[in-house]
Amino acid sequence: MAEPKCYRFDTLSLHAGQVPDSQYGARATPIYLTTSFVFKDSDHAASLFNMERAGHVYSRISNPTNAVLEERISALEGGVGAIATASGQAALHLAIATLMDAGSHIVASRALYGGSHNLLEYTLPRFGIATSFVSPRDLDGIRAAIRPNTRLIFGETLGNPGLDVLDVPGLAQIAHEHGLPLLVDATFTTPYLMQPLEQGADLVMHSATKFLGGHGVAIGGLLVDGGRFDWDREGASAGKFPTLSEAYEGFHGMDFAEESPVAAFLLRARREGLRDFGAAMSPLTAFQILQGVETLPLRMARHIDNTRKIVAHLVAHPQVESVSYPELPGHPDHELAKRLLPKGCGAVFTFVLKAGAGGSRLAGKRFIESLRVFSHLANVGDAKSLVIHPASTTHFRMSAEALAAAGIFEGTVRLSVGLENAEDLIEDLNRGLYAAQKS
Amino acid sequence: MEISVDGQGTYVYTGGKSLEAARDASLPAVLFIHGAALDHSCWNLQSRWFAHHGHAVLAVDLPGHGRSAVGPLTSVAAMAAWLAALLDAAGFPRAALVGHSMGSLAALETAACFPERIAGIALLGNATPMPVSAALLEAAKNDEPRARNMINVWSHSPRGQVGGNAVPGLWQIGMNLRLMERAAPGVLHTDLSACNDYRSGLERAARVACPALILSGSHDLMAPPKATLALADALPGATRVILNGAGHAMMSEQPDAVLDALIAFLARA
Repeated sequence: MAEPKCYRFDTLSLHAGQVPDSQYGARATPIYLTTSFVFKDSDHAASLFNMERAGHVYSRISNPTNAVLEERISALEGGVGAIATASGQAALHLAIATLMDAGSHIVASRALYGGSHNLLEYTLPRFGIATSFVSPRDLDGIRAAIRPNTRLIFGETLGNPGLDVLDVPGLAQIAHEHGLPLLVDATFTTPYLMQPLEQGADLVMHSATKFLGGHGVAIGGLLVDGGRFDWDREGASAGKFPTLSEAYEGFHGMDFAEESPVAAFLLRARREGLRDFGAAMSPLTAFQILQGVETLPLRMARHIDNTRKIVAHLVAHPQVESVSYPELPGHPDHELAKRLLPKGCGAVFTFVLKAGAGGSRLAGKRFIESLRVFSHLANVGDAKSLVIHPASTTHFRMSAEALAAAGIFEGTVRLSVGLENAEDLIEDLNRGLYAAQKS
Repeated sequence: MEISVDGQGTYVYTGGKSLEAARDASLPAVLFIHGAALDHSCWNLQSRWFAHHGHAVLAVDLPGHGRSAVGPLTSVAAMAAWLAALLDAAGFPRAALVGHSMGSLAALETAACFPERIAGIALLGNATPMPVSAALLEAAKNDEPRARNMINVWSHSPRGQVGGNAVPGLWQIGMNLRLMERAAPGVLHTDLSACNDYRSGLERAARVACPALILSGSHDLMAPPKATLALADALPGATRVILNGAGHAMMSEQPDAVLDALIAFLARA
């Protein structure tokens, strides 16, 4: 008998989580744009509320369209399940709120998306949750930052802005030695380039707004549980996660780890976090993101192909000071990238313009304003190519010295390479580089 | 809850209700028995329904599985003796048994050994006998990841391979795999060997005195419905139900249909 196989990535991208609906046979995922679902009778209602039967009650808690997306990302990541949220930020907040209370502590990579940094640095301390930020390349520093009240290690597969490659196996080892879960934001890599759960991570989150959707029409987030972390293991993690290993009076006195050893986190996150904080994804958004996920393998391959051509072009261009991309031998994480990201290091990277006569900031402005194909905006991961010049936009108030402290130069430009013809993109960049030189 | 069986700590999930609340109920206690390398959580929905509808529920982690540390048991006969001891320890002189796959063999043998104590047996994903392929046994012994993959693929129907889980947001292929991964090394091979070695089921069926339900999935590759025909003949009055489209992992693929079949059966047990 041939060795049995589960479906592979490309097939799961199109099919996981959905079978044609039983009533009409719709091949596409139907959009169940409804707030609530009719009960068959009183006992059916009670059994749904009490987790005796499976089904949907109210779309803040669950919805059939969202459930397809949740299963699909779980299949692609190799997890046990997922929760769709209103945004990537909502997914991060849901993970934290499910795992810990006031008085807890997080160790996070210093190389984070600005929104995540704001949440951890400024907002969560108001609720009694502190964070220590450490360079993702400093594993000893991360180990040293762990305190008795630490409940989570957090980082991004590719950091911001220097594309620091997260050593997921190394971090997972440190986390697990201390009885802690590792949460990884895999927005820049998607499961096509790396499956962090297979590298040792315990939880994965995405801003689905970016590459998973790809079309730039919907804001959404996803939180995936790998199902391997033992929340009430004797030893290092014992007693650290009472939200998952003790009876919860807010939901039938349920002990979630007892209820489901592999899906305890998801149970609590849905039954408390979605219910009480309410940052649910719209079913219409779930449908839109599903349309993107269906072509994820094809798009990511093209994103990487275009990015490699552009990186090679910029590296050789006389008007470019430097290019930061982990596939380049000079990048600090080049060897790690070869090991963890053999299919590519994403489609977002930065390069630094050489200063023109008017200085680097002006060169950056002239470069941006001369582009015709690249769109000047504050997003990444679109099918269309995007560009931003931090020193004149997101970081325009900062001095050259303050920028440097954040790893940004006045001539730094961030590209998110899309799916256009690579030659058109290179010609567009040449147009900008010429203008920058003349500035 | 934790109880001591034969001097060993044993975990029993009670469906979200205390056993004390249901101890004097007129309805039979229901003992759920999981399959190879799994634990009580494969019965979440069904066990909660019965616990909240007047039954005392004991969804066990068999020795060496889940939270029951010591074990595993090496034969179906040993499982039957242990289940009787569990009923003693929990204080239930009589119960209905619901078993899946290996658990169904344990239920059958328990009903044969202790006919006066068993009110009914529901055998899900059963084949009697239950020969295990040499390739799977070899993999379970020497390459557990490969064995788990074989079981995971064979346990799900064509529809189940792509999901569409009734429980929102859970990817059943991943759930089943992770649950099997939690079993200690060697447990899977011991369990499968116990199934393979249990060859007396058809003879033992003659000793069963209680009502029986044989519940099969039409797309079960691990225990095809035809593998229950001889058992149905050997169990006088057995009810045979086939769930259309379901695979071996029927409790997760068709949880409501499984529950409805159990409700109908246990109403008569």
